[in-house]
Amino acid sequence: MSIGEMIERLGALVLDSIVRLGAFVLFLLNSVIYVFLPPFKPRLWVRQTRIIGADSLFLIILIGGFTGMVLGLQGYNTLRRFGSDGALGTVVALVLVRELGPVLAAIMITARAGSAMAAELGSMQSTEQIDALTVMAINPIQYLVSPRMLAGVISFPLLTAIFDVVGIYGGYMVGVGLMGAPSGAYFNGIAANMSGHDVMTGLYKSLVFGVIVMWVCCYKGYHAERMATGVSRATTEAVVLSSVLILAFDYFLTSILL
Amino acid sequence: MSETQTNGRDGNTQSVRDSAGAGNAIEVRDLKRRFGRQQVLDGVTLDFPSGKITTIVGPSGSGKTVLLKHLNLLLRPDSGKIVIDGVEVTNLGARGLDEVREKFGMLFQAGALFDSMSVFDNVAFPLVEKSKLTRDEIADRVHETLKAVGLEGMEAKFPSQMSGGMQKRAALARALVRRPKILMLDEPTTGLDPTRTGAIHDLIRRTQENFHLTAVMVSHDVPAVFQVSDRVAFLHNGLTRLNGTVAEVMAADDDVFKRFLAGKASGEENETALAG
Repeated sequence: MSIGEMIERLGALVLDSIVRLGAFVLFLLNSVIYVFLPPFKPRLWVRQTRIIGADSLFLIILIGGFTGMVLGLQGYNTLRRFGSDGALGTVVALVLVRELGPVLAAIMITARAGSAMAAELGSMQSTEQIDALTVMAINPIQYLVSPRMLAGVISFPLLTAIFDVVGIYGGYMVGVGLMGAPSGAYFNGIAANMSGHDVMTGLYKSLVFGVIVMWVCCYKGYHAERMATGVSRATTEAVVLSSVLILAFDYFLTSILL
Repeated sequence: MSETQTNGRDGNTQSVRDSAGAGNAIEVRDLKRRFGRQQVLDGVTLDFPSGKITTIVGPSGSGKTVLLKHLNLLLRPDSGKIVIDGVEVTNLGARGLDEVREKFGMLFQAGALFDSMSVFDNVAFPLVEKSKLTRDEIADRVHETLKAVGLEGMEAKFPSQMSGGMQKRAALARALVRRPKILMLDEPTTGLDPTRTGAIHDLIRRTQENFHLTAVMVSHDVPAVFQVSDRVAFLHNGLTRLNGTVAEVMAADDDVFKRFLAGKASGEENETALAG
């Protein structure tokens, strides 16, 4: 390959990447804008909120419970070395509310609902169902993606809050009930040391994660290649990219909100 | 007036009928479209007369489905002009395109039925989303359309519970339920056995007559599809090589078309066919 051809290929790669990034961002803008434009379809919003939110509830409770329990165990063992086991409630609550709640809840919902969403849209793309919507003069982004975006924005903070509450009680069960940390100090410490800013930090993160997960999973499914491996590749990429962006944005948001 | 048009690279005289929009549901002029380095459509010029079934045939890779996707506005050309029902659509915005799409019904190759909906909900979908009909009126229209395609009593079935032929008929019903002026069919008999193929062809003809439609069909089912067609357009290397009535096209002295009918291809055509 000559140098000219190498430069041409590199140029084409750069241009292609810019075009793809632009399409990715435009997809988000369109899906958000169409939430506010008629025709409004409340039944679609409700359906997606049920699928993404309500149907994830059991998983969130399960993971939240176990997360809180392991925090209670590890937290007690560490704090006891410094004679600070009375601070267990504060530590469990702050870690959950500020960090683990939003991040783990988002990752769990990605694994469950996000992957299913990418697969469903990918399957629709490969069987021309999305083209069928377009030919029927129905905007496929408004019909398929915008309800999911709205459902994500509604569901993620609520599920994160439930994760936090269940996790705090999980920490209480293990730390106080099993390990013997002082009972009164657990919740008194939370009340004394947790501020509204801590709670809002967690909720802001969950909102951002909700948008990211819905955006990435819908985009990957909507643009799945029409071939046998297209849907599986789209689903895998959706989950991986969502997880990476959740963790990356967690750092950026933490640095801004601290 | 009806005449055979030839439009080729080998020096044949190009004779394009001046339709002036009279009697044509769709007109295509010098349509070009490239994907990467491949020039798929290289100046297609074609008319689709109102109230007729025009079938687009050609070897794999000749641009048939790409042309159909331009006609149903899923793709935009690089250059050229498309006029649908007297409206030039080539540079329309999203709202204008949607208004034009109201005139279409489309049968996709695999049906494109919505998996999570029953046959009734699939067929009712365009009416529920786009019409102002009442629920009872929608139900009546759906039942009437399903009866027309021979699927009466199948309303509660889901696509996964039906054979390929039944899915095609349900998809046809969905395409017809809004009583479109133009019906587009992308390889409606692909994957079906000869008996079902004949049944679908009969259904297309009866539907076109009963609903007074203009139909544009892409098909590989040559020469069987000629029995249901009024006109045939033969695409080759991104150009309209032949266009006319079935009799005119079949009588045309064109080696490429004769080889295509006989299933014999040149070395280059074989490579294109194998490349898909």
